[in-house]
Order: sequence, then C-alpha cells, then structure tokens
Amino acid sequence: MEALLLSIKLAICVSAILLLCGAPLAYWLANSQWRGKFLLESIVALPLVLPPTVLGFYALLAMGPRGPLGRLWQAVFGRGLAFTFGGLVIASVVYSLPFAVQPLIAAFEGVDRKLLDASAVLGAGRLRTFWRVILPLSVPGVITAVVLSFAHTLGEFGVVLMVGGNLRGITRTVSIAIYDHVQSLEYVEANRLALALLGFSFAVLAVVYGINRQVARQIGRRMWTPWAPR
Amino acid sequence: MMCFGSTFLAAVLFSTAIGAQAQELRVAGAADLKFALSDLAGQYEKLTGAKVNVTYGSSGNFFAQLQNGAPFDLLFSADMEYPRKLEAEGLAEPETLYKYAFGRIVIWTRADANIDPAKQGWNQLLDASVQKIAIANPDHAPYGRAAVAVLQKAGIYERVKSKLVYAENISQAAQFVQSGNAQAGIVALSLAVSPGMKEGKRWEIPADMHPAIEQGAIILRAANNKAQARAFLQFVKGADGRATLEKFGFTVPEVNLPAAGKP
Repeated sequence: MEALLLSIKLAICVSAILLLCGAPLAYWLANSQWRGKFLLESIVALPLVLPPTVLGFYALLAMGPRGPLGRLWQAVFGRGLAFTFGGLVIASVVYSLPFAVQPLIAAFEGVDRKLLDASAVLGAGRLRTFWRVILPLSVPGVITAVVLSFAHTLGEFGVVLMVGGNLRGITRTVSIAIYDHVQSLEYVEANRLALALLGFSFAVLAVVYGINRQVARQIGRRMWTPWAPR
Repeated sequence: MMCFGSTFLAAVLFSTAIGAQAQELRVAGAADLKFALSDLAGQYEKLTGAKVNVTYGSSGNFFAQLQNGAPFDLLFSADMEYPRKLEAEGLAEPETLYKYAFGRIVIWTRADANIDPAKQGWNQLLDASVQKIAIANPDHAPYGRAAVAVLQKAGIYERVKSKLVYAENISQAAQFVQSGNAQAGIVALSLAVSPGMKEGKRWEIPADMHPAIEQGAIILRAANNKAQARAFLQFVKGADGRATLEKFGFTVPEVNLPAAGKP
C-alpha cells in the first residue's frame, strides 16, 4: 500500500505542476501566430510517440553528473537527481506533458472569440479576460488535463524503472512494486496490488467524468475528452 | 481497442514468422550472459551452420512468459530455481537441467571515479564520494542476493544500506554506475569484462563471501527444435563452451554432470 500511496503522491505533484506550467504554455500555443509554432507543438507531443525507454534513457543521462540537469541540480542542491523523488517528478512531468497541454489547447481554442472581444471592449485586460472568461469556460478541458496527467503518471512504469532505483517509499511506485512481485513469483501479492490500483483508477476516473459531465451541461457545450462517446 | 487490435496482429505475425523459421534455435538468456552467450551462439553457428537466436532478459520474466507459452527452445537462467520450477511444472524436458556455470561478482566503478576498489576492496564503498551503490534487486535477482550477502559478511551492510539503489537486473545495475548516477556498483564479472565496461576499475569479490550463484540451463517441453537444443547444450558443456564461459568471467563447475533430478 505504501507503493500505491507513493504513486498517488507522485501523480498529484505531477498534475499540479503540469497544470501550473501547462496552462500558460497551452494558452500561448492556442493564441500565438508565430510561424515556428508547429515546432513547439511537435516537441510537446513527442512524449506521446516516444517509448518510455527512450525518455527514461535520456533522463538517466541528463540527471547524471555529466548531464545538464544533473549538474544544475548538483550545483543548487548539492546532491544527485537520479534515484530521488524529485527526479521522478521531473521525468514524469516531461512524460505526461502532452496529456495536460493538448486538452488545454483544445479548451482554450474552443472559447468563442466574440466573448473575448466583448471582454476587451468592456475594458478587461488579457489576464483578467483569461481568469474571468477563458478559464471558467474551459473547466471541462482543465479537468480532463488534470485527470489525464494524473492517470498517466499513476500508471507510469518504463521511465520510473529507468531512473528510479527502486527505493522503498521514495521511488518504488505501485507499478514497480507489482513488477517486483511478479518477478519474485509472488503472484498473489501482485494481484492484490494490481486490483487495488485498478479499483482506485476506475473510481477516480468515474468520479471525475461524472463531475465533468455535470460541468459540461452547466456550461452548455460539449466537453473535450479524447475517447468519451459522443 | 486499436491498441489491442494491433497487439493481436503483431502477435499473429510474430508466431507466423516463428513457424516459417522452425530450424532456428530460440534461446532465452539471463542478462548476465549477454556477451558469453552471444559468443557461444556465434561459435556454434559457425560450427554447425544452424541459426541461434538469443533473447536476453530477466530470468523471472522468462519464467512468467514460459508459463504462458513463450516460444523458446532453451532457457539459460541466472539461477537454478527457475529451471527447477519449470521442470516441476512439467514445462521442461525432464533430465535436461544442466548447471553450466557459477556467476562471479565484482565491485565496479568508472575509470574516472575517485575511488579504486582494486586497492581496498569493499572499504572503498564507505568513502564519502560514494553516494549511491547500485546492486540488482535482492528480492528476485540472484546477483542482488549475493551482493547483499557480501556486504553483510564484510560487516558494512548497515552502514551502506541507505546508499543502495536497486536495479531491475544486473545489467541495469551496471548502467546506473556507467551513467555516473551511482558511483559504485556490485555487478557480474561477466559484464565487467565486456567491451563497454572493461575500461572501468574493478575488484573481484572472493567467491567464498557469498552463496554460490549457480546458473542452470534447461530444454523446454514446448521446444520446436529439441534435437538442436540438445546439440547446443552439448556444445556448451564441451571444452570450447567451458573455455568461452570462463573467458567471460564465469566459473565452470568442476564435475561436469547434468544436475538433473531431485535431490
């Protein structure tokens, strides 16, 4: 259970960071007219395509004493980044980035331009318009972004395996613990933990999609979800 | 659904490919055999013209896969327990279990490390510059259990416990040290003598400091190609096979008898 709690903690940290950093990025991507924008969009989408082993491998090298991230971390905190909870958070943020940013872009782009113009005409600045108009209308997208990055981090395996070092209570997430049980032929324990993860994941998704439905109804328009039946 | 569909398609294509190449010998090998077994397979291919296809991974994964019908002819495990279990479950050919080698372990660091295990052995692990020590997961990897046994026998386990990081297998333990994320590791000698790692510094841990890492091979009941599997195993048991294993850092059993059957 310690492993499951650790995974939940990791997922909460990662989805919070992704919401804070992903929202400005998504806002910019939704509104920018810059010609090179497609390059940044491609970079954001990369973790969707790359296998976790590629991300994990580069994360391991980047966090090492010769890697840029590792050197920076060493200089600031005086210790290595691999095999720490902080290291896992950073790797997971990269890994789950598109799952937060893409729903946010879709939500921001879906806001009616006329409302933004109206807000501007009434004298609101861009920040105020964002807080008072765009964000409230984008709540379903925000919820989707948080849920997807949370769920994706919760189920993460490959990247954690590559950079985690399997430390109990620090980097031994639930997927690693399940893998260890299978490796040790402890199928009963593996099954118990896997069922707990399955149940928890389903409960979270059901609650959130339930809420999302309500919100979407209130806003009176379709919510953005990648796979929900229309 | 898409994902399931493509997995299924891949599985179908994969099994068709296997059917088409029935003559190819399919071997599952433990991660510590990466270099030794590739060399053995190469020699055997040259000798007989047969094709040997080796897949490397963790013995525990292979065990779970073999229980579910993975298409291998021969398993070279990193311990005796998995082959014995396969035999007990009737998934392996009876009387074919063979103890092909004993694994050796070393303390290994990069060439540019501050410490030199060759000079002071395990005492170097107590050095302040060593913040992380990589070992294979002792819960399921025989090399990890041996590493913990050595640290306990040396009387430093409690002092270095907080520095230990667990790798999924012995090969990953080596990667953790090679990439510089851990400053030292206890890894298989068979990996430490490999092309990518022989530049590093190492100290061979005396074999009497840890329980023997006995490694067993076994022919699987579902093998497509039992005659070829027997012939390859025979080659490994022979003089050339033994010499190759020794060259790659394994100790070969003195008495060359099949370790089949129950005690």
